[in-house]
Amino acid sequence: MIVTFFRATVQTVRAINRKYATPHLKTTRFVRICLGLLRGYLLLLIGILVFKFLQALR
Amino acid sequence: MNILSKLYYKYKKILKILRLYLIIAGPGIIVMVADNDAGGITTYTATGAQYGFHLIWFLILLGPVAYYVQEMTVRLGAVTKRGHAEAIFHAFGSFWGWFSLLDLVLTDWLTMITEFIGMTAAMRIFGVPPLVTVIGAWIVMSAMVLQGRYWTWEKLALVFCGLNLIYIPAAFLINPPIHEILRGSLIPNFPPGGFTNALFFLLMANIGTTIAPWMIFFQQSAVVDKGLQEKDMRWGKIDTALGSMLTVLVAAFCVILTGTLLPGQPINDAATAALKFMSINKHLGACLAIGLFDAGFLGAICISLASSWAFGEVFGWAHSLNHRLKEAPWFYAYYILVLLFAGIVVLIPGAPLVLITLFVQVIAVTLLPAALVFLILLLNDEETMGEYKNTLVQNVANIGITAIIIVVSTLYGISALFPNILK
Repeated sequence: MIVTFFRATVQTVRAINRKYATPHLKTTRFVRICLGLLRGYLLLLIGILVFKFLQALR
Repeated sequence: MNILSKLYYKYKKILKILRLYLIIAGPGIIVMVADNDAGGITTYTATGAQYGFHLIWFLILLGPVAYYVQEMTVRLGAVTKRGHAEAIFHAFGSFWGWFSLLDLVLTDWLTMITEFIGMTAAMRIFGVPPLVTVIGAWIVMSAMVLQGRYWTWEKLALVFCGLNLIYIPAAFLINPPIHEILRGSLIPNFPPGGFTNALFFLLMANIGTTIAPWMIFFQQSAVVDKGLQEKDMRWGKIDTALGSMLTVLVAAFCVILTGTLLPGQPINDAATAALKFMSINKHLGACLAIGLFDAGFLGAICISLASSWAFGEVFGWAHSLNHRLKEAPWFYAYYILVLLFAGIVVLIPGAPLVLITLFVQVIAVTLLPAALVFLILLLNDEETMGEYKNTLVQNVANIGITAIIIVVSTLYGISALFPNILK
């Protein structure tokens, strides 16, 4: 039963990925810059979190 | 006779407008009042105890900030008829969609735990054990959605919003110094001692509690579930504006209460303030405890709904409060189970509740900037929004607000991770 549930979930996730494979927002320069900055910001945050995690381990 | 008929006509017209507003009112007031959740009430009581009435002006400034952000969700929901999660998937693709959805789920669940912490702490003051509080609250929260009508759920939620205003009459019980309060409200000033690190941390906490990621997802989904149309947008905006006024009012009165009775005392949570109030005036302590419970309750139902709606939109489940349990089993199961698991965490002996509270702040920081940026980009998409896209003035205001919130919430998150930075 659990295997069936997970299989169905994976299939649903794949279907969602297919449905939203193409972004529908017009990719202007402004949009590209915003998304790029957002990626950079999130990477920075992840870096800080990893640093904190390593610091806590020491 | 002519004057009388004119007066009667005006009276009928006002009555009609009021009736129309009451039909459309709901999402804006609920989201804004629920924003004053258990964490929010704790922040406000700490602000009042630590700095008296000096920061009321700052809370007043946060009202328009919350309005500007939330008003965008009204327009986006009414025009696209999509919730925020679905709108992100549709506009930005599955990468940003999954990032937002999973981050929202985690943030919401952790925040729900803090709501249950608030609720159990408040009810403990009345001698109610945490187990009874969690089970009782969970049953009422489940029953509220399972009755199968959005309208009924909304009106019940509005009753709890009304209860959140308990701090206002409570403040009048203690004869607060009106002159000092007015000075703190109208003239921007910093407390004696100037702009210290501790003050900066509290200002950040106040901003962090005013704009939360779940609010964006909740209001947009609620607007869609309620079925607001473009023609109703004006009322939706009035609803949001009224809600933002109420949220500021509640925040200010919390500050007035602790600023009057517990000035200079270290208050780490609202339950401690309620206990201290109990020793001064039994009714006042009871008011604060009831308000804290209500804040946690309202926060939990809205946050859980925000996640359930988001999941329903993306996974294609039936996800309206107008559906019966049989028609939308996954939507209701998600809502009920998430609340249950959040409540159970609070009951686990030795659960790291302080760590969870800190973690909420850090995780929220990863989602809030993304949610705000997506909101602005969506509101500037002419293809989607047409005549309802952001105007220049709205863009200036919203981009400015977003930039400030991103900087401040990032600093807040970092200072939660590295507390010594601000010492």
